[in-house]
Amino acid sequence: MAELIAKGPLSGQAPVVTAAGTLSEMPLGPMTSLQPFAGKLAVLSKALKKAHGVGFPGPGQSLSANGVSVIWAGREQAFLLGATADPSLATLAAVTDQSDGWAVMLLQGPKGAAALARLCPLDLRPGSFPVGQVARSQLQHVPALIQRTAAGFQIMVFRSMARTAWHELETALTMVSAREVR
Amino acid sequence: MRVAGKGLIDRARPVTFRFDGTSYSGFAGDSLASALLANGVKLMGRSFKYHRPRGVLTAGSEEPNALVSVRDTPNVRATVQELYEGLAATSQNRWPSLRHDLMAVNDLASPFLGAGFYYKTFMWPRPFWESLYEPLIRRAAGLGKLPPSHEERPFEKAFAFCDLLVVGSGPTGLMAALTAARAGVDVILAEEDALFGGRLNGEAMEIGGQPAVAWVAGVVAELAAMPNVRLMPRTTVTGAYDGGTWSALERVGHHLAAPVADLPVECFWRIVAQRTVLAAGAIERPLAFPNNDRPGIMVASAVRTYLHRYGVVPGATVALFGNNDDAHRTARDLAAAGVKIAAVIDSRADARRPEGADYPVYMGGQVVGTEGRLGLTALRVAHGGAEQVVYADALAMSGGWNPTLHLSCHLGARPVWNTELAAFLPAEAAVPGMLAAGAANGVFSTAGCLADGARAARWALEGLGMAMPDVAVPAAEDAPYVLTPLWQVPGKGRAWLDFQNDVTVKDVVLAAQEGFASVELMKRYTTQGMAPDQGKSSNVAALAVLADATGRGIAETGTTTFRPPFAPTSIAALGAGGRGMGFAPQRFMTSHRATLERGAPMIEAGLWYRPSTFPKPGEKSWVESCNREVALVRNAVGVADVSTLGKIDIQGPDAAKFLDFVYTNTFSTLKVGRVRYGLMLREDGHVLDDGTAARLGDTHFLMTTTTAAAGLVMRHLEFVHQAHCPGLAVRFISVTEHWAQFAVAGPLARQLLNTVLDAPVRDADFPYMACGKVMVQGIAGRLFRISFSGEQAYELAVPARYGEALFRDLVARAETIDGGPYGMEALNVLRIEKGFITHAEIHGRTTAFDIGMAKMVASKDCIGKAAAARPGLNGEAREQLVGLKPVNPRQTIGAGAHLFTQGQAPVRENDQGYVTSVCWSPTLASHLALAFLKNGRARQGETIRLVDHLRAVDVPCIVTDPVFLDPEGRRARG
Repeated sequence: MAELIAKGPLSGQAPVVTAAGTLSEMPLGPMTSLQPFAGKLAVLSKALKKAHGVGFPGPGQSLSANGVSVIWAGREQAFLLGATADPSLATLAAVTDQSDGWAVMLLQGPKGAAALARLCPLDLRPGSFPVGQVARSQLQHVPALIQRTAAGFQIMVFRSMARTAWHELETALTMVSAREVR
Repeated sequence: MRVAGKGLIDRARPVTFRFDGTSYSGFAGDSLASALLANGVKLMGRSFKYHRPRGVLTAGSEEPNALVSVRDTPNVRATVQELYEGLAATSQNRWPSLRHDLMAVNDLASPFLGAGFYYKTFMWPRPFWESLYEPLIRRAAGLGKLPPSHEERPFEKAFAFCDLLVVGSGPTGLMAALTAARAGVDVILAEEDALFGGRLNGEAMEIGGQPAVAWVAGVVAELAAMPNVRLMPRTTVTGAYDGGTWSALERVGHHLAAPVADLPVECFWRIVAQRTVLAAGAIERPLAFPNNDRPGIMVASAVRTYLHRYGVVPGATVALFGNNDDAHRTARDLAAAGVKIAAVIDSRADARRPEGADYPVYMGGQVVGTEGRLGLTALRVAHGGAEQVVYADALAMSGGWNPTLHLSCHLGARPVWNTELAAFLPAEAAVPGMLAAGAANGVFSTAGCLADGARAARWALEGLGMAMPDVAVPAAEDAPYVLTPLWQVPGKGRAWLDFQNDVTVKDVVLAAQEGFASVELMKRYTTQGMAPDQGKSSNVAALAVLADATGRGIAETGTTTFRPPFAPTSIAALGAGGRGMGFAPQRFMTSHRATLERGAPMIEAGLWYRPSTFPKPGEKSWVESCNREVALVRNAVGVADVSTLGKIDIQGPDAAKFLDFVYTNTFSTLKVGRVRYGLMLREDGHVLDDGTAARLGDTHFLMTTTTAAAGLVMRHLEFVHQAHCPGLAVRFISVTEHWAQFAVAGPLARQLLNTVLDAPVRDADFPYMACGKVMVQGIAGRLFRISFSGEQAYELAVPARYGEALFRDLVARAETIDGGPYGMEALNVLRIEKGFITHAEIHGRTTAFDIGMAKMVASKDCIGKAAAARPGLNGEAREQLVGLKPVNPRQTIGAGAHLFTQGQAPVRENDQGYVTSVCWSPTLASHLALAFLKNGRARQGETIRLVDHLRAVDVPCIVTDPVFLDPEGRRARG
């Protein structure tokens, strides 16, 4: 029997490397949405901490430890990344596999924030959007979940819009880079 | 001509450029205007209406006259365009050439072409206005021409954030920025010029004991080294908006000789600032004397800027005319540079005569006329009751200063008249979080501006909760501003107010005489201030003339206001990134590539791209492909990607209860492992969407929505949960993107399916409307036995990463048993044959009753139930869903056609309904339609008249049940 071949949302797109920064596709890891049922937030946070070492983040926050991170993703909603969700969590929260629903990109470099500011109306100054901060926002017209990590900006978009998002980011990065090399 | 040793230009870097084909030389640091003046070129344009020869009036962004075309961009201000090697500029609004413009005949006709001329003349016959007069007038008038092609150069948009935005970098702006920056707050300093310094670049003065430009360089160097400061040269702040948001246009590439790949031409910024200091300076007013528009006549501050910044004087012999001390100051600067001063004419008889002038000074004099068609040659001066001729090839005039307060008006505040300064000042708190300072606030001395800049910084820092740092305000010139207003000089000949729109004193007076005495009416009657420069140089003088003509004061006359943008902004910058495919995101299914490989034409379904058909070689039209695909589903098996349908995962102890509330029918009774069709109403009782919900577990459902309404339904669910039943323990999230889902439909569906499933399914274990987990070649998937075609059909879902592989596999296997992929066209035919609805039928105005699903509204309560029971939403008067078959089955019918009772005229009053969906059914060998017909369900069997007025179709049709094929549903259960 033939085996189904897995393909990432950007099908192994090569990174864009410019003077302003680098855009690369992040590998698909497990991603699980956690939405606590009414009144279960505190218990869920405890259970999460016990199972995965990190609690449930507040709005706009993310928590991470030992390669596992939980990032805020909306009203009483967070995404668990880097680990498969412990089955026991399902009694406290709606637990949904989102691993294949998103494209994850990393925007790095000295002018990464400048490139992102071409597309995204967030205040990206380090004081307003420090490492660990997360926001639901947009890239031009593409809805995005954006997190500042130590490595750069981790940008998550719906899988179906990955190519548009990539194109937008590549264009922004190229144009910002043109100012650098001028 | 150049003045040796003067200017901030780089004389070591000569630059060659062309104007109207003639080659000239300038220097790096020149503007196009300064380089032309240095070459003795004074004639730079023709006026808008009368085609009068015009030269440069100013040295800044307010320039009304010297508009040229550069790189296909019309109306480029020669004062703003920086010179670069190879620059080629052409003049505008003239034919055949700038010196010999045949349209200048308009000027001879000027006695007839005054304000209101068009309105009075082209009234009759009425239809001629749009078809004849207006096109002719538009062709004759106007400024530059837009190129016919799309703008292909790159433009960009960007966002920026700061604690303090400083608009303008003259003494006020630099002092404010420096003070705030030293306090540690994030500062953006936006300067529309390429150089920071504002008027300091155009004056010979000292600040803190050093030349002003050296002080500027020191401050800018300090600011540039600070990490909390962003310097934005060539950036014009163009608009004030709510929430401390400002728009700004940055000219990124206009000054470069060779285009840099991917470098934007312009960037349109949206800057969000906690506080803003408006330090935009002031604009010098021209004086309105007869024939004040000849090339060589310019404002005095511009003459000083050309001298000190560019080392250029506009003529060999310069005369000066003013109502304040600036004319004398300009004369002193010119004389010190060795320029011959013809005369200084000061309209103030009572002002102090300057000392040490070795040129004629006429206190209490006025310029009452000028000579020189293509350039000033002489002026007539009235002084002491006599008139004399003064020969000069340039005239510098100063009518006082107008604060550049435009941004303060953008949120609706009106400027306030200040009699002492004879100027409008920004209103207090005109824009929340903004303070006007320096010349923009009527402070006209350099020392005053520096102090006001520091004061503005203190205000900003207080608002930001920061301490004021220790910053000393350096010493500078502190001359008082002494002015006696002079709004118009009487005399023979036209005195221009608005140079850009050709509005004269006479026009404004005429407007008042003809009853257009309100400032807003005068503006529209004369077009005063309605050109691209928005009357920057002229509005105040025009108001003063209007006030005089109506016998009111200027304060009572009031002023028109300013709207964004402060400076012309290209649409290409506003719409950067939005052209072509940038208009909206493209959503691609996992099967996209495989679909394209099969040559399928894609159609847009919302943001998604879906195949319309999968054409085979030899097929001449989409209809042939569609018919074949319908047949393969009816006779063998078809595969379609249905991943675009919305999938919402619903979990929680109250999930079933929640679904009972949002769907009209009951889901709490649904067994685990089963699927049910559901209908959803809006709160107003009309149908919102339909779809299925599968019960995956006791507290776990998967809802599907139509492709079009996926977002809408998600929003609806959020609203219902948060607003109506927040206590229900239920959560939901879209899983549309996580699962790739494929319909496998046709009599051989199960046969095909079982070749890819690890464990085959049997009809008995997996009946119609069953669902469950399956393994697909080792991958955990989900299977739903649902049918939108009426055939034996399944939908198989796998995680999206396996979507492309599974699609290719299913299609390849299908083709071995006479099946294959099918597209949207076939999908549509299949569902019409079965009478299944889409948003063509549930288009927002239909109820459950209308579509024949009233029985699906269960006895329990649900969203929309009460509203759907309102009178008028049920009964015989409603248009109800029916099927239609043309009496002659081969006769083509179209969607959108209307229905009429036989024997009645096909007019609106007799309308009986309309057609929503049509198709050619290869299965039934007939055209079919779904339609809404008044009392339609009771009219089955009736022959009705289908009239498509647009396509001239008039076809008798038989009213039928909307389900044309297999009404018992045997095929789906097979």
